[in-house]
Amino acid sequence: MEDDILLRSGGWFLIAVVAIFAAAAAADTAFAIHMGIAAAAAILTAFVSLRGISLLQTRSAVARAQERYDDEVIRWGVIATVFWGVVGFLVGIVIAAQLSFPLLNLPTEYTTFGRLRPLHTSAVIFAFGGNALIATSFYVVQRTCRARLALPGLARFVFWGYQLFIVLAATGYILGVTEGREYAEPEWYVDLWLTIVWVAYLAVFAGTILKRSEPHIYVANWFYLGFILTVAMLHIVNNLSLPVSWVGSKSYSLFSGVQDALTQWWYGHNAVGFFLTAGFLGMMYYFVPKQAERPIYSYRLSILHFWSLIFLYIWAGPHHLHYTALPDWAQTLGMVFSVMLWMPSWGGMINGLMTLNGAWDKVRTDPIIRLMVFALAFYGMSTFEGPMMSVKSVNSLSHYTNWTIGHVHSGALGWNGMITFAAIYYMTPRLWGRTRLYSLRMVNWHFWCATLGIVLYASSMWVAGITQGLMWREYGDDGYLVYSFAEVVQAMHPYYVIRVGGGLLYFIGALFMVWNVWMTIAGKLREEVPMTGTPFDPARDHPLPARAPAAE
Amino acid sequence: MADNKRIDEKTGISTVGHEWDGIEELDTPMPRWWLWTFYATILFAIAYCVAYPAWPMLSGATRGMLGWSSHGDLQRELAAERDRRAPVMRALAATPIERLPENPKLLAAAIEGGRAVFKVHCAACHGAGAAGGRGYPNLNDDDWLWGGDLATLQQTVVHGIRQPDDDATRVSQMPSFGRDQILKPAEIEDVVSYVRLASKQEPASASARRGAAVFANNCAVCHGDNARGNRKFGAPNLTDRIWLYGGDRASLVDTVTNAHGGIMPAWGKQLDPVTIKMVAAYVHSLGGGEGNPPAPQVATAPVAAPPR
Repeated sequence: MEDDILLRSGGWFLIAVVAIFAAAAAADTAFAIHMGIAAAAAILTAFVSLRGISLLQTRSAVARAQERYDDEVIRWGVIATVFWGVVGFLVGIVIAAQLSFPLLNLPTEYTTFGRLRPLHTSAVIFAFGGNALIATSFYVVQRTCRARLALPGLARFVFWGYQLFIVLAATGYILGVTEGREYAEPEWYVDLWLTIVWVAYLAVFAGTILKRSEPHIYVANWFYLGFILTVAMLHIVNNLSLPVSWVGSKSYSLFSGVQDALTQWWYGHNAVGFFLTAGFLGMMYYFVPKQAERPIYSYRLSILHFWSLIFLYIWAGPHHLHYTALPDWAQTLGMVFSVMLWMPSWGGMINGLMTLNGAWDKVRTDPIIRLMVFALAFYGMSTFEGPMMSVKSVNSLSHYTNWTIGHVHSGALGWNGMITFAAIYYMTPRLWGRTRLYSLRMVNWHFWCATLGIVLYASSMWVAGITQGLMWREYGDDGYLVYSFAEVVQAMHPYYVIRVGGGLLYFIGALFMVWNVWMTIAGKLREEVPMTGTPFDPARDHPLPARAPAAE
Repeated sequence: MADNKRIDEKTGISTVGHEWDGIEELDTPMPRWWLWTFYATILFAIAYCVAYPAWPMLSGATRGMLGWSSHGDLQRELAAERDRRAPVMRALAATPIERLPENPKLLAAAIEGGRAVFKVHCAACHGAGAAGGRGYPNLNDDDWLWGGDLATLQQTVVHGIRQPDDDATRVSQMPSFGRDQILKPAEIEDVVSYVRLASKQEPASASARRGAAVFANNCAVCHGDNARGNRKFGAPNLTDRIWLYGGDRASLVDTVTNAHGGIMPAWGKQLDPVTIKMVAAYVHSLGGGEGNPPAPQVATAPVAAPPR
């Protein structure tokens, strides 16, 4: 045991030394800074590992731990999700304000829209969404497999390694390090690091499924596994590139021209499909029936919509390249696969909403259920809107306009955000052993702020987008364009300002969550008129091998 | 697991018999509307793939029964639009720009076309409303550097201003009196005083009086004895309140010290003669357009649109 720890710490020190050498030999400042961050992280990890020696558990303590789920890393995950969520929302408000008032770009390159925009998208998708996915997947897989995490040490590495990825990506954007690929901006060395972390994630997740003590694999885990596997494939292929220098922060894609664009959007669309849809459906499939205390609506539907979703999604990417240099046949396939995707996507909404059959009264009384129902409603809306926008004649109007932004945010704020908030509110009291949340009323406030924010955001962007699209294609009687580009930009101003307002409301909602989660962890209970909560029996929340299965 | 099946009380539907952490699943059949809509989208996809280019083959791809292609579609639309505009375009090509006012309908068509051209090619510098900005002339007023009649405007658009490699481009260069030490700093201050007096921004002063002499010796050759400018050199009128680079003291001192010389592209290299004729007519229509000069002067500014 002690030898193991020494070996591991030594390994981390070695990595730190390598990183320091790389920093010293760096071809550019950004790479040097990044290697410095990596070295600091490795040294920190080495010391933390060494500290483990003094904390070596007695045999009985280890045995006692085996009776409980491995929740330590999930607790960190919940905190990270809340933290990065707030950061991501805040940067979103900043860049929305920059679009309304360009002066806010400030006279330094570090704060321009171009650098802050990927910071926002990565913070909300990968930091907020990614941490939510990692945390909930570890929570769900243990409980639905009735098994502790396989490779618990590796699970901790996954979490902290992922945070390092986020920090490297975020600092890179500010420093101007980017591959220029939307949602895949981090450079080659950060990509490599994420690959290692992600494969470790796959090992922990798949390993836990393998050692399950339930005969079947629950549908949530199909979705999580589909998400982890596909994201690994997408990430690796899209980021194939050649570094200019092994100690520099610039690389060039292996693909070029339209092939490069297609690879990017094959990745980009499936980042939405597998990261933001499949992964979050996994979340939905556990937390909705748990909170509603109802069985899943239809097992058959879950099978068909899972397999059709997984099969169809991967082909839909070309719809991002309608009316471009992409050959017509590829555009056709991108469109028809997107249209076929409509019902498979809706299968998840139906299964989620109809699970409330017999518990619909909870929409009135349980704010967490309310969050879930709205998440599913927005999921349904944006998965109808998506196939519609992929139809070429619609796309010719909507493409490159704010409609796309509105579409993405009704999905992101509505579906991903709301379902994540619900999961956090579900897990927090259970993970910290509290009887209930600090305040359910506050969840309700959060719900209303977020809902109003989304309505302002999405409707302003829809109107802006359609206005924009129509103005761009407005011809006079003589056959000439009526508006110049700048005139269209000017027409967007009021909608941009409304959007900032929507973002602010959403952000205020998230601040309620921070307070609520903070106070819950602190063990406080707010005195308030009670609302319906879902009872929780800690005695049942344990892996199977420790005790004989309870009468079920 | 079939032995764990039970009937759910609230819905009356049987469970499948599996259970995970308390979660069960109902054996509800898939909603028919869902299934049929799914089938319908698949049928639509198949039909669409038959009708349009869809399947990649060894070389090329299936073309689809409609024979549609995005390139073909674009070509067809462009051709239709070209045909529709052809009569106007032909008439515009055949009419010298200075004779456009004789045909008000044709002039109106040219102005409409020019408006669109301006928004694409000119608005970046001159602004969407042609109000210009620092270093970019306002085209709405009647203060012209090089002349504001139709033929002159066309000439300016075709050959640009200070466009390298264009023999007919409009060229002039004001000396950098300060940088090249032609004038001493005190003399520059004086001549600026004079210019500000001429433009009625400052009262008469000793400095302006000294500046008048400096002006007469150094500036009058281009800007004229009365400082009213000279279009032959694109030398601005200094007695009005219209300034290309600012008329305050600091800006004027800077201009005299380090002379400016803006460049406008020679659009004749990029746009066809009819397009240029239209944009010149549009600029002419903005408010400051001048009448055609007497015939002899036209001959000195021949329309030299390059062959296309």
